[in-house]
Amino acid sequence: MNIIVCIKQVPNTTDVRIDPVTNTLIRDGVESVINPFDAYAIEEAVRIKERCGGKVTAITMGPPQAENALKEAIGLGCDEGVLVSDRKFAGSDTWATSYTLACAIEKLETYDVILCGKQASDGDTAQVGPGISTHLDIPQVTYVKKISEINEKSAKVERMTEEGYDVVETPLPCLFTVVKEINTPRMPSLKGMMRAKSAKIIKWTAADLEADPAALGLDGSPTRVVKIFTPEPRKGGEMISGSPAEVAKELAELLKGEVV
Amino acid sequence: MASIKVHLEKCTGCTLCVKACAFGAIHMADRKAVIDMAKCTLCGACVAACRFSAIELEKAAGPKKDLSAYKDVWVFCEQKKGVIQSISAELLGEGRRLADKLGVKLCAVLLGSGMEEAAEKLGERGADKVYLVDHPALKSYQDDPYTGVMVKLVEEFKPEVILCGASTIGRSLISRVAIKTNAGLTADCTGLDIDVKERLLLQTRPAFGGNIMATIIAPNHRPQMATVRHKVMKEAPVQPGRAAEIVSKVYPEETFASRTRLLDIVEELGATVNISEADIIVAGGRGMGGKENFAQLEELAKVLGGAVGASRSAVDADWIGYSHQVGQTGKTVCPKLYIACGISGQIQHLIGMQSSKTIVAINKDPDAPIFKVATYGIVGDVNELVPALTKEFKRVLNK
Repeated sequence: MNIIVCIKQVPNTTDVRIDPVTNTLIRDGVESVINPFDAYAIEEAVRIKERCGGKVTAITMGPPQAENALKEAIGLGCDEGVLVSDRKFAGSDTWATSYTLACAIEKLETYDVILCGKQASDGDTAQVGPGISTHLDIPQVTYVKKISEINEKSAKVERMTEEGYDVVETPLPCLFTVVKEINTPRMPSLKGMMRAKSAKIIKWTAADLEADPAALGLDGSPTRVVKIFTPEPRKGGEMISGSPAEVAKELAELLKGEVV
Repeated sequence: MASIKVHLEKCTGCTLCVKACAFGAIHMADRKAVIDMAKCTLCGACVAACRFSAIELEKAAGPKKDLSAYKDVWVFCEQKKGVIQSISAELLGEGRRLADKLGVKLCAVLLGSGMEEAAEKLGERGADKVYLVDHPALKSYQDDPYTGVMVKLVEEFKPEVILCGASTIGRSLISRVAIKTNAGLTADCTGLDIDVKERLLLQTRPAFGGNIMATIIAPNHRPQMATVRHKVMKEAPVQPGRAAEIVSKVYPEETFASRTRLLDIVEELGATVNISEADIIVAGGRGMGGKENFAQLEELAKVLGGAVGASRSAVDADWIGYSHQVGQTGKTVCPKLYIACGISGQIQHLIGMQSSKTIVAINKDPDAPIFKVATYGIVGDVNELVPALTKEFKRVLNK
C-alpha cells in the first residue's frame, strides 16, 4: 500500500506571545513545527503501513527549511520525504497550494491513500485537503475519526459530524482528512531519529512538476489580501469581589440579558 | 511569475510593513524597507499595510475575463434529515444585505430529497429565488453528488457570490466546488461587505494565527465564495407569507453518482454536545482541580440551559471528552455568554472563545490572562463560586 501524508510547517503557537503595545504576534524566536493536526495524519499513515504493509511518503510544499518537518516525519515512522519548494510557489492560496501538491502527488506514480490533517493551525481553512482530492479527481472523506477497515481496494471509516459520526465506505485511492480523535501520536523512536538524521529528502521545484505555470503561486491564486488590520483588543472589564454569595447575586443581576 | 518590490522613493521608513509581516521577512536598512526573498511568501500583508503605496506586488495579468454574466448572491442551505440547519438562516440574513448592496437577487440553494415544502419556506427568510434539486441521492450529504450538482448549478446560473456555512458539510463541499469552478474561496469570514463599484466581495477573517485581521478579495474570478461559522452572522427575520420563486432543476442520473457510500449516520446525543451551537457555555480548565469538581460545571450549565466546554488541559486530564474542547485544537465558539472557570487563558484557548459576546472569568490568579478578555472577572475559588452561581441562578430562574 502506498500511503502519502501531506504536512505543513507552521509557527509553534505555544511560543507565540502578544505584543502588549501593538497587539500583534511576536514571532521572534518562534520555532516552526509540524502542524498539530498533521501529527495525527502521520501517525495514522504509519498505522496503516503497520496493518497493511507498504510505504509512507511525507510531502510538503514550503520554503527550504520545511525540510526539517519532513525529517521529523521520518523520525515518526514515514519512509521518505518530498519537499516541493520554489519561489514560483510563493503567494499560493489554497487553490494554488492544492494544485501544486496534487501535481507532486501525481509525479509519485502510485498512491492508495492520501492523509491530511483536518486543517492547518496557522490558516485554519480546511480547504487544501479537499482541494487536492478534487484536483486528483479521487473521492475524499473529511474529518475522519476512525479507519475501521482498510485493504488494497477499499476502506470503511467514521467521519465526525456535528451530531456524531457517519460511517462511510470508499474505494481506494481516497483522500482522508483526520481529526484529533483518530489516534494518539507516538513519540519519535531513537531508531527513527537516527534514520531521520541521515534521510535524504527528495526535492522538487516547479520545473520538476508537470504543472501549468499560470496556476502556480500568486499568479494561480484567485484570492489576494487587500487590507490587514489589528482588531481592537478586547478590553478587560469589571472586576467583581465579595463573598461567593454576594458575587453570585451581583453576577446574576448583570447577566439578566444573557440568561433567560 | 509574481514578484514583489519596494519603491524606495516612496518608502518613508515608517516600519508599518515590518510589523505587518507575519514571516519576519522585512527589515529596515538606511530607513528603507528591504524584503528578504527567502522568507517572503508574497502574502501581500505588507502591501496592504503600507500607507504610501511603496510596496508593489506584481502578478502576471491573466487573460482578462468577462465577469459581467455573473450575478446574484447565493446561499447554500444545509439540511440534515430534511431539516434546514439554522446556519442557513444566518447566511440568508447576511446574504440579503449583500444582495441589496449589489442590487441583485438573493437565492437559496437547496439539495435534498423531498424538500419541496422546506424550499417554499425559504422565501420567508428573505430568499427571492430557491434553486431546488430534489433527488434520493441527495437525502444525506455525500461529497460527489453534492459537488456535481453544485458545479452544474454554478455553471448554468452563474452567481457572483456564494455563501456557505463553515460546517463539516459546508467546508467539505465548497472547497471542492471552488476548485472545480476555478473560484476564490475564503474560509471562516467574520465580516463580509461589498465594494459596490468593483462588485467585489470584501471578505474579512482572522489571519496568521488570529491577532491580525485580513480582508481578502478575488478580483478576477467568479463566483466569489466565502464560508462563515455558525453564530457569526445574525439570523434573517421570518417574514410570514413572503414567497420565493422556486426553480426546480433535474439533472442526468450520472450527476448523482457517488464513489463513497454512506452506510450509517450515528447520532451521539449528549455524548457529543455540540458546543458550537450553544448560546451559553460554562467552561472549565485545570483550575477546577479534578474530575469530581468538573461535574459542578454541568449543573451550572444545566440551570442556564447551556453546554459545558473545556480547555485543552482539562481534556488532556480526561475530565471531559474532546468534543467539549474549546480553542485552537478544539472548537471555536462564539456564544452569547461564556463562563470560564479555572481557565488561565492561554492564547490557544483565547483564539477559540474571545469573540463570545459576554465573558465571565473566575480564576484564583489575579494575573491570569483570561481577565484581559473578560467582561466580568472574579478572583476567587471556583469550587466555592460555581455552586454559589448555580444556587443563585436556580433562584432567579425559578428552577
